[in-house]
Amino acid sequence: MAVQLDDAVDKTAPQTGKGGAPPTRRGGGRRAGRGPRPPARHSPHPSARRAPYLLLLPALLATAVFLGWPMVRNLLLSFQNLDMKELIQHLTDWRGVGNYQEILGSEQFWRVTLRTLVFTAVNVVLIMVLGVLIGLLLARLGKKMRLTLSLALVLAWAMPVIAATTVFQWLFDSRYGVVNWLLDKAGWHAMAHYDWVGTQLSTFFVITVLIVWQSLPFVALNLYAATTTIPRELYEAARMDGAGTWKVFTSVTFPFLKPFFLATTFLEIIWVFKAFPQIFAINEGGPDRLTETLPIYAFTEGVGNLHFGMGAAISLLTIVVLLAITAYYLRLTLKQEEEL
Amino acid sequence: MKRSLAGRIWPNATAIVLALGFAFPVYWMFSTAFKPTRDIITEDPVWFPFHGTVEHFATAVNAPHFWTLAGNSVLVTVLAVGLSLVIALCGAFALTRMRFKGRKGILLTFMIAQMAPWEVMVISIYLIVRDADLLNSLLPLTCFYMLMVLPFTLLTLRGYVAAVPKELEESAMVDGCSRRQAFLKVVFPLLAPGLMATSLFGFITAWNEFPLVLVLNKEPAMGTLPLWLSQFQSQFGDDWGATMAAASIFAVPILVLFLFLQRKAVGGLTSGAVKG
Repeated sequence: MAVQLDDAVDKTAPQTGKGGAPPTRRGGGRRAGRGPRPPARHSPHPSARRAPYLLLLPALLATAVFLGWPMVRNLLLSFQNLDMKELIQHLTDWRGVGNYQEILGSEQFWRVTLRTLVFTAVNVVLIMVLGVLIGLLLARLGKKMRLTLSLALVLAWAMPVIAATTVFQWLFDSRYGVVNWLLDKAGWHAMAHYDWVGTQLSTFFVITVLIVWQSLPFVALNLYAATTTIPRELYEAARMDGAGTWKVFTSVTFPFLKPFFLATTFLEIIWVFKAFPQIFAINEGGPDRLTETLPIYAFTEGVGNLHFGMGAAISLLTIVVLLAITAYYLRLTLKQEEEL
Repeated sequence: MKRSLAGRIWPNATAIVLALGFAFPVYWMFSTAFKPTRDIITEDPVWFPFHGTVEHFATAVNAPHFWTLAGNSVLVTVLAVGLSLVIALCGAFALTRMRFKGRKGILLTFMIAQMAPWEVMVISIYLIVRDADLLNSLLPLTCFYMLMVLPFTLLTLRGYVAAVPKELEESAMVDGCSRRQAFLKVVFPLLAPGLMATSLFGFITAWNEFPLVLVLNKEPAMGTLPLWLSQFQSQFGDDWGATMAAASIFAVPILVLFLFLQRKAVGGLTSGAVKG
């Protein structure tokens, strides 16, 4: 939630970040208790040099064991032929790049990849645009109304995904769902008993409404919180120059909160791309596997159809695709770190 | 500056419509859970449970293993989030306040770890846990949930740590504190809102996790609440009252936690950003 904060801090106040002295010196702080530190000490104490590594050790170790190991195992698995028989008999049947050849040569994989990219793009654009609009609205509201809307947003945000998915199935139930009732009453009588999970587009529609409904609060509330940090003078100056709402947004809000927009977009991309329970619970990727995105595809092939080796290969390709679409952000953030 | 009447009406009207839209699914879940079945299975929706009943909640709570699985869920979630907070805070502190070799590489590692698609790695995780003979145990769940939460917690906490002025720490150290004391006495209390905000996300993630527990803990008494809810739903699929009661029971702890902590979360975020 505060990832953007971090960037905002980096960006808005590089001077404080630098703090006047070479940061390595800080590692020697343990000795500072003996009195004011000498102003310049260029070679830090050995224990100080070790300190950051010691502090990071638990996190790195946990990552290596609980993420690195499954990743390596997954990589090895992707070169194997592992179906139910091999799994039960503990056999290892190496297949080389066979799994990859089969997947990359199948039309299905490319169709699912394209579908995943379109699905992610549509959702992220909707979430960012509507989220920003609601965030700006929050900034304009009076205190009471802002509290009311915030409360509603928090409710949607806090709903556990599985519970929310169950509720949406009920809302969109073909016979007793309140959505169909509303559409019918609004004069669209064909929708009275509409089966939402019957076609690809309508299923995606329900999934998109669910995901956008749950993701908007994160963007809206954080954008509102972030706008309160923009110095008033900037707005006043812009208004003085006769800037309209749109101009104020593009010339003050957006540039000031650019790190926020980058970080939030990045987070939304990975969250939507990886969305699993929503899609799986609504219709298990159906009808006819037409709403499978890459994570669902890997799960269905691997766990559902018991082709574990194939599933592993697909999951690795999924990671590659995700890395490719987020590479820009990763590079940008690292470059920013360098400037610090 | 005075705004015109229309200029005041539009934002407020939009806000009301939006608030209704966002709150409605949550309201519909609770209200359905309290309605007698005849008010649920009806062609015309009943908007308010005037003839309220708690029978659906009884059905849900008396479903097999409910209390065991609820206990499992609480235990696994609290342990996973608690552990990841401690580990992440150490790491965040090092990454924010110290410069050292390999810092960027480590940062990138956590950023990529944050992107890990756990759902698609269930197969290899299953094999590892099976080979360690730990299927149907809460230990692997706790460990993996801890790591699911860790990268986000660590990267987010960095922002909160960076927002605490170094000068505070330094002056404490000048006053005779060790670096560790300075951290615990001065910085840590200032990080409280940040820790609460980030732990919220941890709680949601761990409380919600589904695919892993689905594959690892097949024994009926060794699962967690998401598994219970999904199985409950397939058992009681047509009984929307019971299903919504089950969903409500599952959602309430997080909703309550969120309502308590959200002001801290957003407030912490704002004050942090101002500090920058």
